[in-house]
Amino acid sequence: MPVNPELQGKQYPPTAPYLVGREKVREFARAVQATHPEHHDVEAARAAGHADVIAPPTFPIVIQQLTWNQLLEDESAGVVLERIVHGDQRFTAARPIVAGDELSAQLTVTRVRSLGGNDMVTCETRVTDAAGEHVVTATSSLVVAGEAR
Amino acid sequence: MSGIDVASLEVGQVVAERELAFTRESLVRYAGASGDFNPIHYRDDVAAAVGLPGVLAHGMLTMGAAVQPVVDWAGPSRILDYQVRFTRPVVVDPESGATLHVLAKVGQLGEGTARIDLTVSAGDSTVLGKAQVVVATDR
Repeated sequence: MPVNPELQGKQYPPTAPYLVGREKVREFARAVQATHPEHHDVEAARAAGHADVIAPPTFPIVIQQLTWNQLLEDESAGVVLERIVHGDQRFTAARPIVAGDELSAQLTVTRVRSLGGNDMVTCETRVTDAAGEHVVTATSSLVVAGEAR
Repeated sequence: MSGIDVASLEVGQVVAERELAFTRESLVRYAGASGDFNPIHYRDDVAAAVGLPGVLAHGMLTMGAAVQPVVDWAGPSRILDYQVRFTRPVVVDPESGATLHVLAKVGQLGEGTARIDLTVSAGDSTVLGKAQVVVATDR
């Protein structure tokens, strides 16, 4: 099944709140070789004006993946994990993510187009905090390979 | 927070440069930390079965690590926007791993911001395209 062209414009419900843990931030920071003290040391983060350690710039992918799961579980979408190649990725931040944040994310499919037998799905995930304020928007293009002919 | 001396920045100036080393352990660590357990990032048999030249680094690991020289230069709360295109896969050898070279240069100076352009390469090939970081210079 190819990607459903009617997917363009579709918005999924916001995800259940994700509580950002201090050790998760440290674990993710180690994994991306982020050594800046504000990711690891609470005192250093507080001295820089944050309530707790702050997450590296690509940490929102952890929350964004929860919204990708909605897309993959949507049988009408035609987006199959095994056929996806990640084309590009962007994070536009209003503020850094801080340990203790409760974040929710909402995915909108902004564009679907065919491209030489493949489909390109562009989606935007808007991440907000417990107060409903915008924290970061993650934008991705996923190339969904056409079925073998 | 120490400020960036905007007055001294010039387009084309190198602000950071670093070698990044990835091993199979880096990929397993990233899989666990991120929740991306696609087996092409740790199983040779699965990578071969889908026609890949070997086990690949997660694109998001490359993206996440490549920005770190800029984070250390500017400070993590000054990163406003970061984008990349995944143009070439990074094969991580089970014994020798993979080495990436990151060069960060000033691409453009704006009102209160600077765009830093990253060149991320493995050997002679660049692995990310349009890798751009917008940092705040007004705080």
